[in-house]
Order: sequence, then C-alpha cells, then structure tokens
Amino acid sequence: MFNFSLMAKQTTLYPIHAQLGAKLIPFAGYDMPVRYQSDKQEHLAVRERVGVFDVSHMGEFIIRGPKALDLIQQVTSNDASKLPAGKAQYSCLPNHEGGIVDDVIVYHIRDDQYMIVANAANIQKDWDWISASNQRIGAEMIDISEKTSLIAVSGPKADATLQKLAPEGLDLAAFGTYQCWKGTFNGAEKSLIATTGYTGERTFEVFVWNEYAEQMWHDIMAAGEEFGIEPCGLGARDTLRLEMGYMLYGNDINDTTSPLEAGLGWITKLKKGPFNGSEAIAKLKTEGLQRKLVAFKLKTRGIPRSGYEIAKDGQVIGTVTSGSLSPVLNEGVGMGYVPVEHSAVGTELEIRIRNKPVPAEVVRPPFIPR
Amino acid sequence: MKLPEDLLYTKDHEWVRIEGDMATVGITDFAQGELGDIVYVEIETLDETLEANEVFGSVEAVKTVSDLYMPVSGTIVEINGALEEAPETVNSDPYGEGWMIKIKLNGEPAGDLMTADEYAKSLG
Repeated sequence: MFNFSLMAKQTTLYPIHAQLGAKLIPFAGYDMPVRYQSDKQEHLAVRERVGVFDVSHMGEFIIRGPKALDLIQQVTSNDASKLPAGKAQYSCLPNHEGGIVDDVIVYHIRDDQYMIVANAANIQKDWDWISASNQRIGAEMIDISEKTSLIAVSGPKADATLQKLAPEGLDLAAFGTYQCWKGTFNGAEKSLIATTGYTGERTFEVFVWNEYAEQMWHDIMAAGEEFGIEPCGLGARDTLRLEMGYMLYGNDINDTTSPLEAGLGWITKLKKGPFNGSEAIAKLKTEGLQRKLVAFKLKTRGIPRSGYEIAKDGQVIGTVTSGSLSPVLNEGVGMGYVPVEHSAVGTELEIRIRNKPVPAEVVRPPFIPR
Repeated sequence: MKLPEDLLYTKDHEWVRIEGDMATVGITDFAQGELGDIVYVEIETLDETLEANEVFGSVEAVKTVSDLYMPVSGTIVEINGALEEAPETVNSDPYGEGWMIKIKLNGEPAGDLMTADEYAKSLG
C-alpha cells in the first residue's frame, strides 16, 4: 500500500504551477515552485515591477475570544497589547530557554480576533507549543492552514495591480505597512488583505479560502499584465529576503538562537510582563551576548552559502547561516553568527568558500539601498 | 530539452564532443535548467593534465554550486574566456557558445560515456 505520509502535499494552486512549467521542489512537506523561468528575472520583477508568490504552505491560526490577547501575550515576544485592530506585528514565539520556536506575524483582525501566521515547516510545532500555554489560559484556537491559500503580490506596482480587484471605497494605496483588512475582495468572501511581506518591496498578502484561490490568482495575473507581472518562486523569495537582511527560520534562527543574538531585540518587549522565555531572555540580556548574527558582504567575487565557515585572522569563528549572490548588487552577501567582539560594522572577516578564504566585511542590513 | 545526437554525455551532466584527439566539454541543457541562473564559471586548470572524473572547475548559480568533472582524461588546452564576462551563455546556449574547455586527449576516451539516448534514459 501507499505510505501517504511520504507523499508531498500540494497547495490549491499546484495545477497552475505545473501548467506554467515551474520547477517544483519539496519544501516543508509541500511541492513548491522554486522558479518558473529564472531566479534573477523573478527577483528583478519584484524589485522593479510586480511579482506574485503562492505561499499557501504557510500556517494560519485563528486565536479568538476574551482570552485571545492573554494567550498571544503569553506566547509571543512582541507587545500585542499595543496592536490596534487592523494592524499586524512581527513577533517571535520564544521557548523557555530563550530560543526561538518560530518567527511569526500576529494580525489583529478585529476586537478579540487575532491570527498568527507561522512558517510552513513549523505549523505542528507551533500549534503544540501555543496549545500547551493555552491549557491554563483558555482562548479559542482554530488551525485554518489547510483551508487557506495565501497569495503574495509584491513590488512597486502591487497597489496598482490589486486596486483593480478591490471593492469600491477600499483605497489600497492608503494602507500603511503592517495593516490588514478583512472583507469580500474580488468576490472572495472573508478574505484578509495585509501589507505584510518578506521582500522589502510594497507587498499585499491576500489570504483567501481555498475555493477562491485559483480565480484570485488568474485575476491578479490579468490585472498585473500591463505592469509586466510575473509568477515568482521560492528561489527569488529567498534572495529578496536576504537582500533585506530578513531572517529565515531554520537557517538564521532556530530553537537554540536567542532573539537578542539575532538582532530581534526590537520585537522582544521584556517590559510588557512575563511571557514564555522572558526570564531566560532577560538573563541573557543581563549577562551579555556571546555571539551575534551579522550581515556581511564579500569584497571579491564569490558566493557565500549556508554552512561555509566564517574566519577571522585564519581562525574559524562562525558559520554562514544564509548566503547568496545579490541579484541587485551582483555581489556575494550573507549572514552568520560570530562572537560579539567581531560583530561591529566594518569588521573584516573571511568566508571559506570551498577551502579558499574570501575577504568579507560586516555591514548593516539591508544590503541594498532603501 | 535539447540533446544533440553527435555528443556523448556523462552521469554528471557534462557533454563532450570528440574530434580526433581533441574534445570540447560543457554542461547539458538539463544541467543548466536544474542549476538556474549561472553567475560564475570558475576554471583554474588550464594546462593541467587530469584523469576522467577529476574536478576541472565549478559552476555557480544563484541557488547552488556544482563541481565540473572531466568526461575524458587529457590536458586542458583552452578554456572559454567569454564565460568570465557572460556566464549566462551557459544557460542560453549550453552546447554552443556555452562550451567550457577543450581537452587534448591522452589515449582512448573512457568507456562510461553515454549516447544521447542513454543519457535521456538515465534522466528518467
């Protein structure tokens, strides 16, 4: 008999990717498009025009009821009490040791209704982790991941593209960053439209029930045709986020890295009161950091990649956690953890690219001018 | 996917065109498609004599890096310098302008090269 657990899942939009001739790779249990034509071309489409991503593999949890905010405050590092309805915030789920269970976005949809968007690979882990804390809090939790499709529309022409599909009176250009709106959008009931994204460009993330996903995709593609819209794969998504210095869970952050080490102190609000991991994080803050995640740029030709060693004066001091060629700069860029004494901007490092040391310099992200 | 009949292929996705005691080598259309946008072709083995299956260089794409293997034994007598400036040629013309090295054979080519048909079958 078939062992179904070995079969990769598909998003609702899978037939479209297959028809477009996308190269599909297994990612977080799904067959996902890594590229349709060219990583670089898709990357530049987002930087210069507009691109569309199927990111339906991401997880969505609804947290609601009178205890919803209490639960979110308990499990996340950012301060959701400061989050008005219609806004979203980037946050972490710290573990009790002060590591990171996942990095997430918390959406305050309305009143006592919230949504947490989780990384695809962590859906079950996050659900179990939040559920454990919820045992004594008692908020209502619903996992809508399997029923929800997520289409991200990203680039300078994202507003102009999506505005054509928006209901009368909804002015997308007026959306600030990390804003969200729930309603019927292009005929899709109970959609959530949010200006959250992962590329550094203006992005609308369109959460729809699966039954609306295909139509929404086709309508977005048609609306963006005049702007040169392109379907974009996970390859471009990775280089886009890296150019911005955004972290990827599993590469740059994980269960053993502190948000403070990763430079996520800005979403770690120790003053909001106790939360999962707050004691361990406070302790690390008092004792001082040993290592920090730095962004670096190669000074000569080459491409740093995850797993390569970082050295200083011939001594190995760390490991590259993410790296690629920046399609915009045409230079090798990356991130990795190094001891704090070597983390200052301007520090000279070497990246060992297949046993050859290549000079690099610590820089302040983003890598590209913003 | 193009697979010219007059070439021989390796399991590592190089192609080789043997003319007398000279061989021209590149990577296949399949390989360039798997790699994606090629950004560097690094070959620092000019004038070296290498055995079949030894590494003669590497090819870097945005997403990945891959070693290049000698399909036959011999001396590398020429490298395609144009790839320095335009590595994307390997994507656009893998069997033509995207060639990588020319080898002067020392002896008979090894027996594990595949015909276009055999190579196509090996890809499944």
